[in-house]
Amino acid sequence: MNAGPHDRTGESLLDPGLRGQAGRSPGASPSATAGTEAVEVSDLVKRYPKAPTDSLAGVTFHVRRGEVFGFLGPNGAGKTTTIGILTTRIRPTGGRALVAGVDVVADPVGARRLLGVVPQINNLDRSLSVRQNLLFHASYHGVSKARRTELADALLEQFGLADRPGGRPDDFSGGQIQRMMIARALMHAPAVLFLDEPSTGLDPAARLFLWEKVGELKAGGTTVVITTHDMDEAAALSDRVAIIDHGTLLALDTPAALVKGMTGERTLDCTVEPGTAAAAASVAAALSSLPGVTQADGLDEPAGAGWRFRIYVEGEAASFVAPVAQAIGTSGGKLTDVRLGEPNLEDVFIHLTGRALR
Amino acid sequence: MTVTAGSPDPIGPVDRLPRWGPWKTALAILRRDLFVTGREFPVFLAQVILQPLFLLFVFGKVLTELGYARPGYEQVLFPGLVALAAVLTGLQSTALPLVIEFSYSNEIEDRLLAPLPTGAVAVEKVVFAAMRACVAAAVMFPVGIWILGSIPWQASTGAAVVVMIVLGSLIGAAMGLILGTYVPPNRISVTLTLVLTPLIFTGSSQYPWPSLQHIRWFQVVSALNPMTYVSEGLRGLMAPGVPHIQTWICFVVAIGSLAILMVVGMGGFIRRALG
Repeated sequence: MNAGPHDRTGESLLDPGLRGQAGRSPGASPSATAGTEAVEVSDLVKRYPKAPTDSLAGVTFHVRRGEVFGFLGPNGAGKTTTIGILTTRIRPTGGRALVAGVDVVADPVGARRLLGVVPQINNLDRSLSVRQNLLFHASYHGVSKARRTELADALLEQFGLADRPGGRPDDFSGGQIQRMMIARALMHAPAVLFLDEPSTGLDPAARLFLWEKVGELKAGGTTVVITTHDMDEAAALSDRVAIIDHGTLLALDTPAALVKGMTGERTLDCTVEPGTAAAAASVAAALSSLPGVTQADGLDEPAGAGWRFRIYVEGEAASFVAPVAQAIGTSGGKLTDVRLGEPNLEDVFIHLTGRALR
Repeated sequence: MTVTAGSPDPIGPVDRLPRWGPWKTALAILRRDLFVTGREFPVFLAQVILQPLFLLFVFGKVLTELGYARPGYEQVLFPGLVALAAVLTGLQSTALPLVIEFSYSNEIEDRLLAPLPTGAVAVEKVVFAAMRACVAAAVMFPVGIWILGSIPWQASTGAAVVVMIVLGSLIGAAMGLILGTYVPPNRISVTLTLVLTPLIFTGSSQYPWPSLQHIRWFQVVSALNPMTYVSEGLRGLMAPGVPHIQTWICFVVAIGSLAILMVVGMGGFIRRALG
């Protein structure tokens, strides 16, 4: 299929690509392409064959051009399915999904021109060197030879890979592999970049490098959609965060607004030493029934030998220490540690889903 | 679209080539495959030559010279081994790479995310595997001359031989597409053993199919193997003196089986590629 200026069929294929680029020239504001959202998802449903329930049960959200959008949820919540549909790799059962204005079901080829994907696991071409991985990727996307050579060299430099451009992917560390995959995805200058759990398995330095790069991409006008189950990452990177669980969107707002939604609430993190008669559920029930306590959740994460509970209270947290200790004691446990805190994104998540993420 | 020369921002606009369509993307992917194979060409040649070389040597030369096979057996054997090289190399060039790329290396993802229809990625795989298979079949000719001294050949049917080799290569590649996409990765090793051995020995590459009339059940089994029609077709074109199935029948069945194998294989590929 051709995309020449006099070829109508071709025009319809390439035009979105050109539009996708327009907002991303250096210095251009996202408003240059205002009117079209970067991602539009409406009533998206996915039911896998033989599955008893929907993996996605009618999810609707929009991602604005130029924003970093965090997609937050525990494993199995529907994040990967949503990203799979948006990146044309999973066919939805119902609903509509557009990436940079292109319907991913009706025109997957057109959508693939406009999106870039950095997967969770290494899918680099092992038979090619780092530099060749970038060059061939760009050639699949029709980037001219001169431009792809120039881009590859610039991206290798920018991602700290310029010293070993001829090395094979198998010879690099996890952090370097991930940088290669981001550099590769950028070779065709996607309008929307999808990063699937980008910092899983990365050491702190590699993680910071990644965060920095995401910031630079945003500054350059690229829309970035990140899936993560890391609260800190979501809070640090995202302009807006969508919280998803059991295939349903529970909340969508800026991290600050989500946390602010829990106004007036403070938290007490308690560690409880289980007594002989005590059961975690009865402790949680006792805590929930205290006046002024809005919610008490058992945290999955074990801290030493004890149970951990997060208690949300209205008013001054310190005034709850004595009643909390008493309630725990009555239900057969023993309070060994208590920390007072302000709510964060993790609390929003626990509040919405009733469970901890990790 | 304009490009700032020497733009310091690598994430700036990209000048996509005009008139770039899915076909060009498929060609770019094929170029990558040729690039990788070209770099390892001697290894590839050794891979495809070794088995037919020994088969030709033992069955065509050793057994004939020792008197266990009648002189003239090489007339039967050579076209059959060309067919075997084409079908087998085609199959091996798609089956195992697909299993690895879908399950372990995930390398195929970058192609599935390239701007071309998903089915075109499968077609490229088959075309590339068939190219390898054609090389393997072509290599048989000098090897045959070297070992046997002469090979059956009719200049008048040369073009038809080429077409039949291409068909055989595509049939093998399409079989590999089915195996590589339907068989779970943990079973591919055992499946290949279970499939390859019967495929090799029921494909009429070592015997002319019509002469099986006294072993009727084996003749029926051989008739079910698409490779039989490639072997028989080549036999009819290269050594018409040997009993063979009529050439037009071979072409019709070969094209028909290719169509069926491709439809099934594409179904398997798309099922694997799209959730």
